Amino acid sequence: MEDIIKKIKEGLGKKIKNWEEKNPRRIYITIDKEDIREVARFIFEDCRARFIILTGIDTPHGFENLYHFDLDSMGIVVTVKTLIPKSAPEIDSIATIIPGANFIEREVCELLGVKFAGHPDPRPLLLPDDWPEGVYPLRTDIATDGTPKNK
Amino acid sequence: MKTVIPIGPYHPLQEEPEFFSLTLDGETVVDLDVRLGYNHRGIEKLAETKTWDQDTFLIERICGICSTSHPIAYCNAVEDCAGIEIPERAKYIRSIIGELERLHSHLLWLGLAGHFLGYNTLFMWAWKWREPILDLFEQITGNRNHYAMLKIGGARRDIDNEHIPAIRKCLNDLVGPLEMVTKAALDDPVLHARLKGVGVLKKEDAIKYCVVGPTARASGVAIDVRKDEPHAAYGIVKWNVITQEEGDVFAKAVVRLLEMFESVKIIQQCVDGLEKTKGAPFCAEVENIPPGEGIGHYEAPRGETFHYVRSDGTNRPVRHKIRAPTYVNLPSFKASCIGQTISDVAITLASIDPCYCCTERVAIVDRGTGRKEHISQEKLIHLSQEKTKKLGLNPDRIGRKIERWIAR
Repeated sequence: MEDIIKKIKEGLGKKIKNWEEKNPRRIYITIDKEDIREVARFIFEDCRARFIILTGIDTPHGFENLYHFDLDSMGIVVTVKTLIPKSAPEIDSIATIIPGANFIEREVCELLGVKFAGHPDPRPLLLPDDWPEGVYPLRTDIATDGTPKNK
Repeated sequence: MKTVIPIGPYHPLQEEPEFFSLTLDGETVVDLDVRLGYNHRGIEKLAETKTWDQDTFLIERICGICSTSHPIAYCNAVEDCAGIEIPERAKYIRSIIGELERLHSHLLWLGLAGHFLGYNTLFMWAWKWREPILDLFEQITGNRNHYAMLKIGGARRDIDNEHIPAIRKCLNDLVGPLEMVTKAALDDPVLHARLKGVGVLKKEDAIKYCVVGPTARASGVAIDVRKDEPHAAYGIVKWNVITQEEGDVFAKAVVRLLEMFESVKIIQQCVDGLEKTKGAPFCAEVENIPPGEGIGHYEAPRGETFHYVRSDGTNRPVRHKIRAPTYVNLPSFKASCIGQTISDVAITLASIDPCYCCTERVAIVDRGTGRKEHISQEKLIHLSQEKTKKLGLNPDRIGRKIERWIAR
């Protein structure tokens, strides 16, 4: 446990903008969005963590992308947090490094409207073919029926 | 000449429509594409409009087969967020329900796999052995599916200690058939011929595609949330993680068969725990959920179910992310199906137990002429069953073994 924390802290160095150990099994690391490819590669390849999934959240400050990794043998979930500005919702894709992230990046792209630069296969995944363009159902200004909420 | 075969998206028997497009060269699969979303119900969005307690019921309805796996993962997430420790009796209750569910889910898969290979007697018997488990569920929870036994802080209802003899009897009655069918399957030449070396998912591919559950464990990746992050009663009782190295469909079958014995072991020890904790509280008092975030996961029959919740201190989550195991297991078909023949595809697609793919109709498009031909699901399964027959062996050897065992 101590070893892996030391390894991650040393490996990522100044890329870590905030480090939070909520409890011994949950670590949250905040990084700049420009560093995501390098950080994801380090945790997936060098630390041999398994990529669980990506959570995209619409917050008042911007879109938060949370990349969840599991260090299975230690039972620790490492979550890498990035904040993406609403004015330019785009982040580098990690699907070329982790093939297991291919589907979820397509999903976040069509449900939340965050683009993934360099994604090998950026087709829609879940929504029907006649879904209106530019309507992102997981955003907070969209109601559960897919129409804009009344302000 | 290359042929494109679309499989799906709908099948009346399956709960999860998916669409596969197979590109064939002759009989060999050279490419594969998957399309999802035909049954996307927007549950993540819906969960934000319901209260923390209502969400337990909503989450249970994600899946009918692993209907308690999602609530366990969700409750783990909320308890992680609020820092709640659940009472010991609740731990036993959660593990009993979770493992009974694994038993009936693996038996369901075993039956389906038998059917796809032309072992229809196995299909009939596996589902017959599954019935008493569902009856037991009805007895102890009131429902055959959707047990509503989970609550943030513990269990919603107690398991009455009067039901313990029924649980023990159900397990004892199940072990005999399980041992017989495991032995019968493991030394069956037809199953060896049809499943060994078929749909191999190599260990490095399993890691690359981040697969989970029996799909990963059959490829030598020893991950199991119950062991890696002990919660419920999994840290209290003794049991083993089952792994195989080969990564083929046979290995996946072996993992599921042997896992059922571990489930029986877990439930037996948890029932002992119920006897020890008679009358003890089974749910912690939960006043409210503080602002923050929580992560919970659970080893569902098909692999890790993952839930993330974020709270702003109100009575409902601001974000609830759900990831079911099939979501990460499906893309691994790119590694396991390519190079297979079309008659092995049905069982390879079934091997991850994907709340199974929906081979309701198959259309063969001849690329040269653009001619389309629609084949039914029966035809695809028929192709698979015919291949078993062509091996020159009686496709119902297991059936005869079961009959002999019954007559004993």
